[in-house]
Amino acid sequence: MIPAPFAYARPTTVEEALQAIADGGEDVKVLAGGQSLIPVMRLRLAAPEVLVDLTRVEELRGVREDGDMLVIGAMTTHADVLTDPLLAQYGQLIVQATETVADRQVRRRGTFGGALAHADPAGDLPAVALALDAEFVLAGPGGRRTVPAAEFFVDYLTTALEEGELLVEIRVPKLGEGWGVRYEKFNRVAQAWSIVAVAAAVRREGGRIAEARIGLTNMGPTPLRASATEAALVGVDVSMETVTAAAAQAAEGTSPSNDLNAQADYRQHLAQVLTRRALAAAVGL
Amino acid sequence: MTAVEDPTSSVDLPPAKEVGQARRRKEDARLITGKTTWTDNMVLPGMLHLAVLRSPVAHGRITHLDVSAAKERPNVVAVYTGADLAEEQGSLPCAWPVTPDMVNPGHPSIAVEQVNHVGEAVAVVVARSRTAAADALEAIDVDYEPLPVVLDMEQAVQEGSPLVHDHTTSNTSYHFVFDAGEAGTGSDTEQAFADAQVVVSRRFVQQRLIPAFMEPRSVVVQPSGDNYTMWSATQIPHILRVMAAMVTGIPEHKLRVIAPDVGGGFGGKLQVNPEEILCLLIARRLGKPVKWTETRGESLMTAHHGRDQVQFIDVAADRDGTVKGLRVRLLADMGAYLRLITPGVPALGAFMFPGIYKFPAYRFECDGVFTNKVPTDAYRGAGRPEATFAIERIMDELAVELGMDPLEVRRKNWINAEEFPFTTVAGLEYDSGDYHQATEQALELLGYDELRAEQKRRRESGDPVQLGIGFSTFTEMCGLAPSRVLGSLAFGAGGWEQASIRMLPTGKVEVVTGSTPHGQGHETAWSQIVADQLGVPFEDVEVLHGDTAISSRGLDTYGSRSLVVGGTAVVKAAEKVVEKARVIAAHLLEANADDLEFTGGKFTVRGTPGAGVGIQEVALAIFAAHDYPEGVEPTIDAEATFDPENFSFPHGTHICAMEIDTETGFAKIRKYACVDDVGTIVNPLIVEGQVHGGLAQGIAQAMYEEAIYDAEGNLTTGSFVDYLVPAASDLPHFDTGNTVHAATSNPLGAKGVGEAGCIASTPAVVNAALDAVRHLGVTDIRMPLTPERVWRAIHQGGDGGDRAAAGSNAQGATAGETAAASTDPSSSGGHL
Repeated sequence: MIPAPFAYARPTTVEEALQAIADGGEDVKVLAGGQSLIPVMRLRLAAPEVLVDLTRVEELRGVREDGDMLVIGAMTTHADVLTDPLLAQYGQLIVQATETVADRQVRRRGTFGGALAHADPAGDLPAVALALDAEFVLAGPGGRRTVPAAEFFVDYLTTALEEGELLVEIRVPKLGEGWGVRYEKFNRVAQAWSIVAVAAAVRREGGRIAEARIGLTNMGPTPLRASATEAALVGVDVSMETVTAAAAQAAEGTSPSNDLNAQADYRQHLAQVLTRRALAAAVGL
Repeated sequence: MTAVEDPTSSVDLPPAKEVGQARRRKEDARLITGKTTWTDNMVLPGMLHLAVLRSPVAHGRITHLDVSAAKERPNVVAVYTGADLAEEQGSLPCAWPVTPDMVNPGHPSIAVEQVNHVGEAVAVVVARSRTAAADALEAIDVDYEPLPVVLDMEQAVQEGSPLVHDHTTSNTSYHFVFDAGEAGTGSDTEQAFADAQVVVSRRFVQQRLIPAFMEPRSVVVQPSGDNYTMWSATQIPHILRVMAAMVTGIPEHKLRVIAPDVGGGFGGKLQVNPEEILCLLIARRLGKPVKWTETRGESLMTAHHGRDQVQFIDVAADRDGTVKGLRVRLLADMGAYLRLITPGVPALGAFMFPGIYKFPAYRFECDGVFTNKVPTDAYRGAGRPEATFAIERIMDELAVELGMDPLEVRRKNWINAEEFPFTTVAGLEYDSGDYHQATEQALELLGYDELRAEQKRRRESGDPVQLGIGFSTFTEMCGLAPSRVLGSLAFGAGGWEQASIRMLPTGKVEVVTGSTPHGQGHETAWSQIVADQLGVPFEDVEVLHGDTAISSRGLDTYGSRSLVVGGTAVVKAAEKVVEKARVIAAHLLEANADDLEFTGGKFTVRGTPGAGVGIQEVALAIFAAHDYPEGVEPTIDAEATFDPENFSFPHGTHICAMEIDTETGFAKIRKYACVDDVGTIVNPLIVEGQVHGGLAQGIAQAMYEEAIYDAEGNLTTGSFVDYLVPAASDLPHFDTGNTVHAATSNPLGAKGVGEAGCIASTPAVVNAALDAVRHLGVTDIRMPLTPERVWRAIHQGGDGGDRAAAGSNAQGATAGETAAASTDPSSSGGHL
């Protein structure tokens, strides 16, 4: 429970942060809220030589509008997310998922960007970002680039972030009129990781479903989209029957793990049940 | 100062009774802010820090151990291995040899040649800082030659199983039998089963649990010449002192043990820990103060665990539901070694399996089995939760078998109020109670009829969320314990408790108790008792504890004994103070002692209005000692030792209403109502708190907690991410109530409440879950009721099976095999 020794840098701008990362050599780690990094360091499962702490990089914190998009700074804390007026209006799926993250103390320090860059498939926010087709803005020594969510999550705890790069902001579409959302989380105790969770955003037009976006938490090494279910929903009437039939395909293409909380077949079953419930709630059934 | 106030100013109204008032706990402000004497807060000049290298293998020979590089690390003072300490470390004590031929393999504090469980100490680094000690651990080089790992009890007792200890002949430590027929407390059990119309047999699994106290264990030892002072986060400073003296050879009078404020224990700190001995040995070698504080990971992995039994239960009955006999066969996992009372935990439970029912015949057998896991030992309830679970589960199974209501079967067989005191088939004399009254009150609290109606509606409509109601009508033996009874059970100590009262010159009162709290609220409750006994203000009482130099005699805190035994010692000491003060008061009032009355803290002369003296004034007078009777010692201080003649027997009815989501298997407590009879209540707030905490832990066994080892003997649930302790947000509102039938074995009438909620709740929860889904063909679900287990039991049959850990050995069976085993009758029973 005592981390190995490490060097520590605390930049105040993105530029300084990038420099600190470049100076940190091969074994450098970026510290955001510490929700995941601090525990693994205390258990000595990780022993980085240099830690670059972003807590004081003010420009990375906050939410703003940019046309049809919301731009969320990577260091925006979960607690910020829960009180942000723009997210309250246009980002309810993110808000709902964030409400289920860990406990109050962790939400006070843990960050939106940190949770995404950590890319734990059991984390709640990656599946939400994937469902929303979020765009990840990465800053590096050579400038900035934007990576779509579908390409950002590469593998278990692995993202498209290259060495020396920093996730600076996340762009998500505003979900306004016509959209209904639901984050349906299944876990054993309130502060635990998801066993399975489903992030659903559904746009209705009249009595029909025009568009459905469904992200799955903890159903494989990365967050996944329930693509077959999404496809099955387009243009159908809103009813329990159509939702149930579509949700039955939610586990297609998933490869969940076996662990203490669940074996794979049970997770696949849960994905179907939770998808049905998330969809029903999102469309107001 | 109270003692010199004008006595006429306070009129002559006696103060309101303190006992029975919901006083807020006077110790809480410092405990919950942490601004107190937690052992790890202790800093001594020149203090060194210990870090322990622990075995990563469950069973193996140490073939190579090189600590030279660690010794070169910055700020490292010394590094010790088992070989360095082998000559002086002795064996950790086991105080409860339950049978004369019990095999105790011995328990080194640090492994010398062989390791027998993951987490066993292999080397100790001593450094100038805690971080330096932790860093240096990485420089130690160890090789192990693996030995076959023994994890599953049912396999371990088979002929030809690999041995945990190769110098023993089997993995069975002992075979303990209680047979009521042979003891003369019941009829012949085999005959009872032969004659019975119905026999129901079940195999229940009591999973392994981790006490998970909030404050990690911590030890500081300060040498001073040939004297040693040990601070330890322990429940048992007095027992620890004796035992540590015996283990290390440090004379008892040269060793002072202090348990400062201690943050929880639940039995987990009822232990003589390897690290306590190591701290003493190393402090002796170096002549410097040393500290060891465990990490949470070390705590979960190496502090003793609890429960871990496989229970084969047979009940014999007539078709009308009248029980005829009970047969219990246990396999109890000792772990790799016998610690302080490891073997005694299941043996203590032996007397509680018959519960509140009038069984004419009873036989109990238990095998204590060695495995390559951390030892088990006391955990909240210690043997009694296991027994209560088995009897309350099997009574439900009997009801199902007979097509009767589970309450009806209970009513038919329980001891009726007018039958107390009642001697059970296990030979215990239950003191008092009214099971009917508690049950009726609990049904009312729950809103039973309404919930039964809702259950019916949900059944009929095929609702995906089904509702079930489960009962536990429990009793337990508390107030450990009559010393002679402990002697007859071969326990290594008595069960008395001591208290002394010191009257200070200003009239303030110091109460010294031998019962050391670790969160129970002794300081508040004892103050209430003394305030009433001496008629002094609550605020004028200070309670001292936990230091063998201040409280020289005591047997510490466990087994819901503090109030029942320790509180009674306080009462007896107070009575002596009053009697001594009476003599002085009579002298001061120039009256005959026999003519004095003592009420509200004041001695008055019968028939002489206005003449009186307060006990606090007497304290000042006798301190001055200018004027006191001839032939009397000039003090009114007193001490008392109380040894109870019987246990006390709290009881209660707990009812759980459980919702099961049949689509996901998620179990959620809808409502929980309980009515406990803990005898006279000194402080209702403390009692309520104890019940709530106990319920949380009992519900946690039913629904959340399970220590799981993988096939190599690693603790898979080695952090709170995987070992799920519920928080307030995961638990329901508790509807609690009380009936009061005073205990007959102590003047307070208190029965003990420390373990009640934990003992009672577990079977109520499991019975409720089964009641919700039994109509779907489910007959058992193994604890904890994880959603996956519940879902599998509903949709695939069986009891839910093992949880997946990489190569999991949980209970040593695959899901399929377990499902079959769970419904098999035990070898000694069968369905007629």
